[in-house]
Amino acid sequence: MEELLRVLTLALGELLAPATAAYALAAIGLNVHFGYTGLLNVGQAGFMLLGAYGFGIATISGAPFWVALLIAMAAGTLFAVILGLPTLKLRGDYLAIVTISAAEIIRMLGRSTLFDDYTGGSAGIRGGDYKGSFQELSFLPDGRTMIGPLEYLNNGSDSWWTRLFAWSLVILALVVVWLLTRSPWGRVLKGVREDEDAVRALGKNVYSYKMQALILGGVLGSLAGIIFVLPGAIAPDAMGRTMTFWVWTVMLLGGAATLFGPVLGSMLFFFVYMIVRAGMRTDVMEFLPIPTQNVDHVAGVLVGVTLMLIVIFRPQGILGNKKELALDAR
Amino acid sequence: MPDEKTVNENETGAAVPGGDSQGAPAPSETAKRAGRDLSHVAPEVGVAKPDAILTARGVQRRFGGMTAVDVDYLEVERGAITALIGPNGAGKTTFFNLLTGFDRPNQGEWSFEGAPISHKSAARVARAGMVRTFQLTKALSRLTVLENVLLAATKNPGERMFASMFQPLWAATEARNKEKALEILERFRLDKMRDEYAGSLSGGQRKLLEMARALMTDPTMIMLDEPMAGVNPALVQSLLGHIQDLRDEGMSVLFVEHDMHAVRHISDWVVVMAEGRIVAEGPPGSVMKDQAVVDAYLGAHHDTDLGDDALLDPEVLARLEAEEEKR
Ligand SMILES: Nc1ncnc2c1ncn2[C@@H]1O[C@H](COP(=O)(O)OP(=O)(O)OP(=O)(O)O)[C@@H](O)[C@H]1O
Ligand SMILES: [Mg+2]
Repeated sequence: MEELLRVLTLALGELLAPATAAYALAAIGLNVHFGYTGLLNVGQAGFMLLGAYGFGIATISGAPFWVALLIAMAAGTLFAVILGLPTLKLRGDYLAIVTISAAEIIRMLGRSTLFDDYTGGSAGIRGGDYKGSFQELSFLPDGRTMIGPLEYLNNGSDSWWTRLFAWSLVILALVVVWLLTRSPWGRVLKGVREDEDAVRALGKNVYSYKMQALILGGVLGSLAGIIFVLPGAIAPDAMGRTMTFWVWTVMLLGGAATLFGPVLGSMLFFFVYMIVRAGMRTDVMEFLPIPTQNVDHVAGVLVGVTLMLIVIFRPQGILGNKKELALDAR
Repeated sequence: MPDEKTVNENETGAAVPGGDSQGAPAPSETAKRAGRDLSHVAPEVGVAKPDAILTARGVQRRFGGMTAVDVDYLEVERGAITALIGPNGAGKTTFFNLLTGFDRPNQGEWSFEGAPISHKSAARVARAGMVRTFQLTKALSRLTVLENVLLAATKNPGERMFASMFQPLWAATEARNKEKALEILERFRLDKMRDEYAGSLSGGQRKLLEMARALMTDPTMIMLDEPMAGVNPALVQSLLGHIQDLRDEGMSVLFVEHDMHAVRHISDWVVVMAEGRIVAEGPPGSVMKDQAVVDAYLGAHHDTDLGDDALLDPEVLARLEAEEEKR
C-alpha cells in the first residue's frame, strides 16, 4: 500500500515536472505546425536542441539570461527559415524529410568533436555551466516548500522556481497561440491546412503564412528546449528522434488543433508513463516476468503502442472534435 | 470606359432571384452595352474585342508529347459573360490553370487589364482581380461555411501576424466582412448552413460556396470552372441569374460549362476549344451552329445545332451516337 502511494506521489510529481512543461511547450509549437497549419515537422527535437545549445552557449559566453533566451529564439527562427525556404513551396512530405534529417544533423554536429569547445561533444554541457543566471533571477526565499504531497527546494535546479518559470512560459505560449488562432490570421492557417490552392486562389501568400507558422512553432520548440535543460544538463543524445516521437504522442494524445490538448497530453503522458515505470518496479508487480533492467524498454514499447492506439481509435485525441475529424474520413 | 463599375440601381436592390423564377431579368445598361459592343464583332477565332480585359498570345502547355493547350490569340471582353466550351479533355481547365497562375506555360504570355501577368503567382493574379473557382471544388472542410467566406475577404489587418493578436485592430473590419459574407451566403442560399463545417456540404452546395468565396474578394474578373455541375436544376436558374447580375454590376465573367442551354442562355460570347486549340468563337446563337463546333462535340457530319433542345432528349442523343458509331 505504502509503495502504491509512493508511485502515485511520483506520478503526481510528473504533472508539474519541468520536463512535462517542456514537452507541453514543444507540443504547443508542433500543434501550430501540424494542428493548425498542416505542416509535417518531424524534427521538433532539433528545434529544442538548438534552443538549448543557443541558450547554454550564449550564457557561458557571458550573455545575461534574457539575451540568452532571445538568442535561443533567434536560433529557432533561423533554423525554421533554413528548413522552410526550400521546402514550403513543395508538397508537404518534403518538409517531413528535411526536418527529420536536419534535427539529426544538429544532434550529430553537437556531439561531434568539431565544436567541442562550445557543445562539449557527446558529453554535452554541464548544467552548472549555464544555470547560474537563471537561478539568480528567482525571487523565491531559500528553503523547501511542500504543497500537497509534493516537496521541492524553492531554488536550485529541480526546484519550485524552475517549475514556476517553466509553467509561466507555457501559459504565456497558450495565451499567444490562443490570440493568434482565434484571429483572421489563424483562419488563414487553417485554410492552408485544408487546401493550399484554395487559399492561393483567394490571393493569400500561402508560402509566407506557412513560413510564419513554421517560425512560431519552431521558436516555441526552442524555448521548450531551454526548459528541458534547466533542471539538468544539455545532452544531445537525450534530444533526438525519441524526443520528437514523444512530442508527437503528447500532441496527438491531447488533441491536435485544440488549445489545451498539448498541455493535457503532456501531463497525462508523463503521469501514466511514471505509473507504468515505477509501478512495474514495485513488489505488487513481481509476478510480471519483466526484469527491472528492462522496465524502461517495456515502458517505451507501451508508448509506441499507445500512439498507435490513439491514431487508430481516437485520432482526434482527448480534446479533439469527433465531428470535425469525420469530415476527413471521406 | 467611364461606366464599367456603374451599378444599375433597380437591379442590385432586388438582385435576389427568389428561386425558379423563369426568364432572365431585363438586360441592364452594361449588359446591353456588352451585347451591343460584341454584336459588331466578327465571329472569327482570335478576333479583337472592343474593350478586352484579358489578352492571351501564343499560350502553349505540353504534357510530355501531348499539347494540352495551344491558344494563338484570344481576347476576352470586359463586362461581358464569355463562355469557354469544348469536349472533355479539350484543355479548358488547363487553360484556366495557366491564366490564373496555377500552372506554368511552355510558352506564351497574357495580360490582364493591360498589365502582363503571365509570370505572376496564383496569389498575385488573384490580388490583381482575376479570381477563379475550381472544377473539383475545394471546400475548406474543417472551417465553417461562414469562415470559408470570411477567409476570402481582402485587406483584413487581422491577417497580419502581429496585428492579429490585438482584436481591436481588426474587429471592425471583421464585423463589416461578416455582414457582407452573410449577404453573399444568403444570395447562394447557404445562410442556414453558415455554422456547419464546409466538409459536410453536398457537392452542389460546395460549388455554390466556392463561388461565394470568390465573390467575397470583389474580383474584377471571375473565372468559373463548371459552376453549374452538380447543382440542382432549380438552383441553376437562379445561379444563372446571379452570374448575369455580376455582369450587370460590371464584372467580367469567363466560365467553362458543358450545359449548352446555360451557355446559350446567359453568355454574350462563346469560345470553343478542342484538342487544346480554339476552333471557333462568336455569339452563342451562331457559334453553336458552327460546323467546326458540332464536329468537335458530336463528331463529323452532323448538322445539328448544339443549342437545340432536341439534344436534351436521350433518344435523339442515342440515335446520334449510333449514327456516329456506324461510320
Ligand atoms: N497534370 C497533367 N499531366 C498530364 N496531362 C494532363 C495534366 N493536366 C491535364 N492533362 C491533360 O490535358 C488535357 C486537357 O485536360 P483539361 O483538364 O484541361 O481538359 P478540360 O477541357 O478541362 O476537360 P473537362 O471538360 O473534362 O474538364 C487532357 O487530355 C488531360 O489528360
Ligand atoms: Mg475541366
